[in-house]
Amino acid sequence: MSHPLLKVENLRVSFHIKSEGDMPWTKPRELHAVGGVDFELKQGETLGIVGESGCGKSTLARALIRMVPGSGKVVWMGGDNLLDVSKSKMMNYRSEIQMVFQDPLASLNPRMTVGQIIAEPLRTHQPNLSNAQVKERVKKMMQQVSLLPNQINRYPHEFSGGQCQRIGIARALIVEPKLIICDEPVSALDVSIQAQVINLLMELQRKMGLSLIFIAHDLSVVKHISNRVMVLYLGKVMEVADRNDLYENPRHPYTQALISAVPIPDPEIERNKEIILIDGDLPSPLAPPSGCVFRTRCPKAQPICATTPPTLDPQSDQETHLVACHFA
Amino acid sequence: MLIEQDKMENLADAMVAAEVKGRSPWVDARKRFFNNKAAVAGLIVLICVGLFAFLGGYFAKFSNDEIDFMVIGQVAQLGGPSISSGHYFGTDDLGRDMFARVVQGTQISLMVGVVGAAIAVIAGTLYGATAGYVGGRIDNIMMRIVDILMAIPYMFVLILLLVIFGRSISMLFIGIGLLSWLEMSRIVRGQTLTLKNKEFIEAAQATGVSSFKIITRHIVPNLLGVVAVYATLLVPLMILTESFISFLGLGVQEPLTSWGALISEGAGTMQYGTLWQLVFPLFFFVITLFGFYFVGDGLRDALDPKDR
Amino acid sequence: MALLDVQNLSVSFKTNDGVVNAVNDVSFAMDAGQTLAIVGESGSGKSQTAFAILGLLAQNGIASGSVKFQGNEILNAPLSTLNKIRAADIAMVFQDPMTSLNPYMRVSDQMVEVLIHHKGMSKTEAIAESVKMLDAVKIPDAAARVRLYPHEFSGGMRQRVMIAMSLLCKPKLLIADEPTTALDVTVQAQTMTLFSEIQSEFGMGVILITHDLGVVAGFCEEVMVLYGGRVMEQGPTDPIFATPSHPYTRGLLRAIPRVDQLNAELDTIPGSPPNMLQAPKGCPFEPRCQYAQEDCVQSLRPLTEFATGRKRACNRELEELI
Repeated sequence: MSHPLLKVENLRVSFHIKSEGDMPWTKPRELHAVGGVDFELKQGETLGIVGESGCGKSTLARALIRMVPGSGKVVWMGGDNLLDVSKSKMMNYRSEIQMVFQDPLASLNPRMTVGQIIAEPLRTHQPNLSNAQVKERVKKMMQQVSLLPNQINRYPHEFSGGQCQRIGIARALIVEPKLIICDEPVSALDVSIQAQVINLLMELQRKMGLSLIFIAHDLSVVKHISNRVMVLYLGKVMEVADRNDLYENPRHPYTQALISAVPIPDPEIERNKEIILIDGDLPSPLAPPSGCVFRTRCPKAQPICATTPPTLDPQSDQETHLVACHFA
Repeated sequence: MLIEQDKMENLADAMVAAEVKGRSPWVDARKRFFNNKAAVAGLIVLICVGLFAFLGGYFAKFSNDEIDFMVIGQVAQLGGPSISSGHYFGTDDLGRDMFARVVQGTQISLMVGVVGAAIAVIAGTLYGATAGYVGGRIDNIMMRIVDILMAIPYMFVLILLLVIFGRSISMLFIGIGLLSWLEMSRIVRGQTLTLKNKEFIEAAQATGVSSFKIITRHIVPNLLGVVAVYATLLVPLMILTESFISFLGLGVQEPLTSWGALISEGAGTMQYGTLWQLVFPLFFFVITLFGFYFVGDGLRDALDPKDR
Repeated sequence: MALLDVQNLSVSFKTNDGVVNAVNDVSFAMDAGQTLAIVGESGSGKSQTAFAILGLLAQNGIASGSVKFQGNEILNAPLSTLNKIRAADIAMVFQDPMTSLNPYMRVSDQMVEVLIHHKGMSKTEAIAESVKMLDAVKIPDAAARVRLYPHEFSGGMRQRVMIAMSLLCKPKLLIADEPTTALDVTVQAQTMTLFSEIQSEFGMGVILITHDLGVVAGFCEEVMVLYGGRVMEQGPTDPIFATPSHPYTRGLLRAIPRVDQLNAELDTIPGSPPNMLQAPKGCPFEPRCQYAQEDCVQSLRPLTEFATGRKRACNRELEELI
């Protein structure tokens, strides 16, 4: 039995917030950005993480590679826990896990040429490569992401948004990682460009056997690319299931509302579909509701929801569709 | 997908296979700068002043400490600017050639300005970038040190230094250098803080690039624009400071001189009808300041086109 | 008489790098109570069209053509005329509510100011009216919240405040520029539902500027598709979505993943949107179009009606597009 690529257990991230007017000795308040997340990611699989702004999905991704301090376990291929390996050992893992960012232009240093940008991870992790070797690899990579290799000396501002995102993808892939974390990689792109980037990611995934963690707020994009989907709300997992299960048979009231709210580009369906509106605002993460975090906006909330937080535990080993709700 | 492949190939054929040279942000900025007439005029003025400072000495008929006994005592009548006497800018009260003295004063003043700005650029950028990037407690301590240094009345300290250790050029440089980097480090730190949250810094951190490399490779090159603008505006500030000190009579030692000292002397003898002693140093002083301000403004517009 | 009649509207900008023709020859008309969507990607000229109508173009922008509001020409009209119209007859809602709310003023003060200035109400009347309007956009506890500052509202609430403000003078036309782009899906659903309710309640015309075809499908009767500053296709919503007549619209509809369907691979439109600095002579979509032929580089047929109410601008006949 081979180990999953990534096994995350009880991952928590909290920030200490000092509010204005606090005295230097007042204890800072704790903000739980991610509150105990578990998941497994198999090699070659894509896990989609959806949720609205402020649900902790980006923090979760950054905690996996220790860009923000987290606690819990992130086990890499059944071996080390990434959260407590030494700094030098973590360095090796950094070449195995790469990231693609949201804003295509902002994620590229405007003063560096495309060649330098793509080569940076390579120069960091394989410093003994000669300049010619690096250039060779960069050009090959550019070809793979459908950029013209003769553009190697151009600067980011000379490219369109979609091309910049390709540069970002090339930079992530050049060290041949096993896992790529994509943080909203298409949400800043034009509609006609989104499909290109999604297709590119899927094609590269097939060719290179990559695993993806795909974070997005757009449920249709996540549906298209993911094998499994996890729904986050206020730092907690609401529901996690295989893609088809989740979209065809959403069991958590929040997931149901979320899916029903996505507009469908078909006038007949869109006008006649029923949207489950959820009232109110996202509660402050500094003072999350007791029990189930969603209960303040949930149409099905009962007294039990305020007292007992629902768990995500599976009933049996075979169960893959997990829901954190007392009534699902 | 087939269509896309075709299109890509067509596109590839259309473009020459040779590597295309990129248009770096600097090239763009240079273009914008040279489209700005005021800035170009300022730059030309500065070049002329620079040439005057370094080549002017070859045209002088007298050295800056030579006393022309022909005019002494009758400076107002005989010491005026004239080509025939060789005193192009006239003479000062002691009969020394103003042309030679202005050339020499320009050298000193420009040097003070440039060296002061250079210290500010190097020390201020490194200090500010480190404080901003590292952040947290270290940032706090480093910036409080700057606050404390800034709270000291620097002019007073500078005057004290010059009185205690004697007047010398090196003392002047040390004094001006000590205070010039403070403001710079604050500006750089502020810029670094905004840069630090940019995604490309995060991208570098995620791949494991070391902090030192992030500062030198990603942060400093992106700061250069701001630093260049501020440095050009800092040069006239340094010149003004030096002039003020010289005006007080604490600057460079005779027979060396500077704009401030010359203006001070010229202003002292104004009422005796020797206006040229004031006008010539003042003219160079003013056009240089204007030149630097115009160039600084032009640089700011060129490097940060969003502000317009 | 149409509420708004736009004929041959063109917008160009003089920049350091040359003249940019952001909008070319856009014409449309709408009646009171109608909803029109202007759909396009970034740089398609959709926002500039709206800005030109309201006289809000940047300093270096030049608009030509004709914009008649209730029969009166308002394009390039003097500021005094425009100011009257902007507040009372045509209102605009922006993508980022913070750009039009003053962060240092209480919401109540900002709303009251508008009412006192344009409607000559007394302060107490104005406050009562403001609270009523906030109620209308379903802000809970409006009477208390009216005293808050803009930053004390969440993103969705802020957009509601913005909508409430734009409705204060009961405008006849509301132009909404990407009103939900910055919002989460559930909030977007709330906001769009609110828009429909308010629209039927106040009976005003709405121009919705967006890139989201899903939102268009649910809300608008008429659609105008812009690409590279030109109208590609224009007509009633249902047939455009059912049988798009332009390669661009067609490509776009196939390129969006849908939450109610599953496709193995998305069709893509190759290439990137045009650089408006080097505006193409012919069809702006030509470099990315699979049906393009040589004549497309040189010229583009003007927008012509090919079925009742439906217009398209394409050199290829409808039968040629398979």
